[in-house]
Parts: sequence; C-alpha cells; structure tokens
Amino acid sequence: MNTVPLTHILFVSTALFFIGMYGLFTRRNLITMLMAIELMLNSVNINFVAFNKYLYPDKLNGVFFTLFIITIAAAEAAVAIAIIINLYRNHHSIDVEDTEDLKY
Amino acid sequence: MGTQIIFYLISAFVLGTGVLAVTTRKIFRSAIWLLFSLVGVAALYFWMQVEFIAAVQIIVYVGGVVVLIIFSIFLTQKSGSEMPKPPVKRTVFAVLAVLLGFAFSYRIIAEYGFTPATPSKTFTVPVSAIGEQMLDTKQYGFVLPFEVVSMLLLAAMIGCIVIAMKAKPTEKGIPVEKLPVKELINGPEKPLTIQEELSMEEKTT
Repeated sequence: MNTVPLTHILFVSTALFFIGMYGLFTRRNLITMLMAIELMLNSVNINFVAFNKYLYPDKLNGVFFTLFIITIAAAEAAVAIAIIINLYRNHHSIDVEDTEDLKY
Repeated sequence: MGTQIIFYLISAFVLGTGVLAVTTRKIFRSAIWLLFSLVGVAALYFWMQVEFIAAVQIIVYVGGVVVLIIFSIFLTQKSGSEMPKPPVKRTVFAVLAVLLGFAFSYRIIAEYGFTPATPSKTFTVPVSAIGEQMLDTKQYGFVLPFEVVSMLLLAAMIGCIVIAMKAKPTEKGIPVEKLPVKELINGPEKPLTIQEELSMEEKTT
C-alpha cells in the first residue's frame, strides 16, 4: 500500500487542480466554469486525505477538512446555480461576456 | 505492485476525464465527463482506504452536485449545441499559465522531501471515530465547525430559494391583482405600459 510515494499523489492532485484552472481560464460559460471549480476543490480534497494518511496516520484532521470542504462545495454549487438560473431569466444568456450590468 | 498499478490507472482515469471535461465543446458531455472524474476521485479515496469519504464523495458530488449541474444545463442551455471555440490567444495563454504553475508546484513538491510517519502505523478511519470526534466538545472536537457549517447550509438553502424565486410581475404585462388597487387610489387612468411597470418594479425592489 505504501509503495506509492506521497509525492505521486500530490502530483496527481496538482495536475487535477491545474486542469480545473485551465477550464476556468478558457471557458466563458458560467456552468462550465462552475464545473472547473468543482474539479479544483476535489484536487484539494485529495491533498488533505493524502497528507492525513501519509504524514499523520494517527489523527483525523485531514478527513474532517475534506468533509467540511465537500459540504461547503455543495452549498456553493447550489447558490451558484440559483444565481445562474436567475441570471438566465433576466439576460437569456449565461455567458460571462454578456453580463455587464455592473460594468458602469 | 498491484496497488501501484491500480493507483496509476485511477489517476490516469481522473486526469483524462478531467481534461475532457474542461475541453469538450458540448456542455452536456462536459457534465458527464465531470461525473466520471468525480467517480474516479471517489475511487482514489477507496484506494486510500477512507471509505467514508469515498461514500460521501459519491453521495454529495455524484448524487447531488452533478445532478444539479445537469438540471441547470437543461434549464438554461441547448444541451446539444456546441459552445463556441475559445480564441487561440486565450487558449495559448491559459496553457502557458497552467504549465508554468504546474511546473512550479511540481518542483516545490519534488524538492520538499516529505518524511512519512512511522511506516508501521496503519491508517484506518472508522466511522465511529469520525462521529465521536465530530461531535466532541472537548479540545480536539469539531462540534463548533459542525454547527457553523449546518447554519451555513441552512443559510445557503434559504438564499437559493430567495434568489431563484420567480419575480411576481411576469413579462405579459400588468399583474392582475395590482390593477384594482391602483384604480382605487388614482382613479381610472390609462394603464401603465410594460416598460413603466417594469421600471416601477425595479425601483421598489
């Protein structure tokens, strides 16, 4: 089990984080940007669990952080989707380039 | 050896579906690739023997967040149509920024040299230990964040309902139940046009 070093798990989660960041940079649709953010949050969760498992196996703090992050991510996704639906109702578009009511 | 191979397979699965999720131009497929990626992350948790987190991941993400995203896609998008391609300049600079950031983090992680804890210790996460520590009021208990996060969920729920609630005046024109009151106060006059009605609503809300 411990044959896979911790750094490899960290590399995987870093790669996942930057994949999410790429999505956040290139997409201009609010829902796909939200998906990219979910990927980034997941990569952070992997980090927490891996650190907990490899460095502090007698504690549970990483697991708790992961649980709270999952909870807050769910709340965040729900609020974001409510905002997206409201935006679509007012603008008939959820492209970030079209939302310019706060611009001036 | 076997667990190693499983780990690399799961990682390749997660990263590949993640890349597809952020590069596919059909939004519904993007959501489905995200679903696969999240299932892969849950498999990674299973591999790390934190079964409870894996179960929570599947329940909350796969069962909740992705379904929510798919519903919002159905409510707001033509799910079959392709999204416009991002401009080449943006793609190039995003790839550059991402590669730079990844190289930076890679170097930091590779150079750091983590010292694992005593290798004899096994990492087991019994659900009862999680529950006891979660509701513990003593020093290392997590009861305060637990309560705070429950309040946050309540606030998020009410906020979602308030934000997504349909506004009373529809686009068809003057709301039916408002007209008699206005006529009572102002006497019969010309009915407001849609624009005036909308601007009035914006002022009051």
